[in-house]
Amino acid sequence: MRFSMLGPVFKQMFKKPWTNKFPAKYQPNNTTKYLADVASGKIKINPPVPTPDGFRGKIKYDKEKCIGCKLCIKVCPCNAIEFKENEKKIKVYLARCCFCSQCNDICPVSCLSMSDEFLLSDADPYSKDLIVE
Amino acid sequence: MSQITKTTYQLPIGPIHPALKEPVMFKFEIDGEKIIAVDVELGHVHRAIEWTGMRRNPIQIIYLAERICGICSFVHPMAYCRAVENACNIQVPERADYLRVVHGELERIASHLLWAGVAAHEIGFDTVLFLTWEMREKVLDLIEYLTGNRVTKAILMIGGVRRDIKPENIPKIKETLEYFKENYKKLSHVFLDDKTFKMRSQGCGILTYEDALRLCAVGPTTRASGVKKDVRVDQPYAAYSDLDVDYMTPDKRTGEINGDVYDRIIVRLLEVKQSIELIERAVDQMPTGDIMSEPKIPKLLNYIKKTAGEGIGRDEAPRGEVIHYIKFDGVNEQPFTWKVRASTYANILPWIPMLKGQQIADISIVAASTDPCMSCTNRVTIIDKNKKYMLDKEQLHKLSVEKTRRLMR
Ligand code: SF4
Ligand code: SF4
Repeated sequence: MRFSMLGPVFKQMFKKPWTNKFPAKYQPNNTTKYLADVASGKIKINPPVPTPDGFRGKIKYDKEKCIGCKLCIKVCPCNAIEFKENEKKIKVYLARCCFCSQCNDICPVSCLSMSDEFLLSDADPYSKDLIVE
Repeated sequence: MSQITKTTYQLPIGPIHPALKEPVMFKFEIDGEKIIAVDVELGHVHRAIEWTGMRRNPIQIIYLAERICGICSFVHPMAYCRAVENACNIQVPERADYLRVVHGELERIASHLLWAGVAAHEIGFDTVLFLTWEMREKVLDLIEYLTGNRVTKAILMIGGVRRDIKPENIPKIKETLEYFKENYKKLSHVFLDDKTFKMRSQGCGILTYEDALRLCAVGPTTRASGVKKDVRVDQPYAAYSDLDVDYMTPDKRTGEINGDVYDRIIVRLLEVKQSIELIERAVDQMPTGDIMSEPKIPKLLNYIKKTAGEGIGRDEAPRGEVIHYIKFDGVNEQPFTWKVRASTYANILPWIPMLKGQQIADISIVAASTDPCMSCTNRVTIIDKNKKYMLDKEQLHKLSVEKTRRLMR
């Protein structure tokens, strides 16, 4: 067999592209302007591929429920959680978090959960979006 | 009159080189196009993982072990968990054993497909790279569906697994497995019958049966040379003893064993098929019950802290046997020792007989044919006053003699 790939290649030419063009179909000429337009609602982004159920994304924290037991800090493999002594509450630095959800499992009052939010890149690792408290 | 003498040349490749996916240093002695001698130097990606692990508690280490290798992000924590279970005498529920098989085999499919794509790329057959990785994408989708993430699965726990496969997940698994089966046929046709692959891989990078035994090669590398070695069969763990696993050697397909790159391709493809069947059987036969021996993690941590003992976890990773050793002193939460032997470590020496006598253009495909993983392998670097150096046999002997003297004093 010499050209065993010819068939698949020809078929591929008429198939819909596999890649989901997220967030825009083509690279915008001016990225900053594009983002500003998205923020003001002038244009819509191409939606991402939906995440499956049980996806481990950005952590959600129910501050009211937390009893300050520090168990989550004990098991966090990345030292991503800080304890606020005077408030007896926690603060999660997402820039360090590896999204293992071990803190969710150990929390006795289930005040931590994983959301499906995954767009977390930021130029500043300590920006407001990357700190959960 | 000066005489023209025949001479050989040195060709260094690495530590960083476009043909290498990870840092490793090759020193070749070449005569024209032919390789006369090979030397391999390691130690460029040491990350002090074991050292870090000895300062973490057993739960934190699971996620550290997961990061030893991005491709084997299931088998490393699995071997680690099995070592802890062995040290602390923890029984894993039966259902968890079956779930471990499903995840382990999914990882094997993903890893072998990744490798097959890279191998195609190494010989310049990039259309096949995309065909293979299209299938791999589906595997990763299934992994994400079952574990919550594509690569770092975070599915293992000491004494079980963290997530169950629910009845509503079964249809999607079945559907994906059907897709694998269909695509597997196409893929094996391209890899095993295409002339391009045969031209580049047959008779190339041969590892004889004797050499494979002598150099203790592991995984598909050794099985391609006809050595029947597979932890899943030799020392069945998890649910493999119920699932009827067999050694995959190239003679199963071609009726002969050559130990060349082509045979290594065959073995990996046969294993992809075997894994698909294993998952299917494991999902069908899975008993009901618990998935964790101790769901309360603080209690589990406390128990491990109080237990003194040592344990070993052996696993068949996609690249071969991986061993984790752990020791707890019964006082501290942190392990006293943690030692990892990744599979590539055993597959480094076989490179030397494989590469000898080959042409320069074959280096990358032959080196890639053992599916090396450098960051797993690099375990020891000796740093003294910020100067990195390596120890050879004489120095080691000298150090050993010195230590004996010191102890005698
Ligand atoms: S998800 Fe894991 S890494 Fe992130 S805060 Fe929780 S325990 Fe730490
Ligand atoms: S484990 Fe839960 S309750 Fe305890 S400190 Fe962490 S978030 Fe709060």
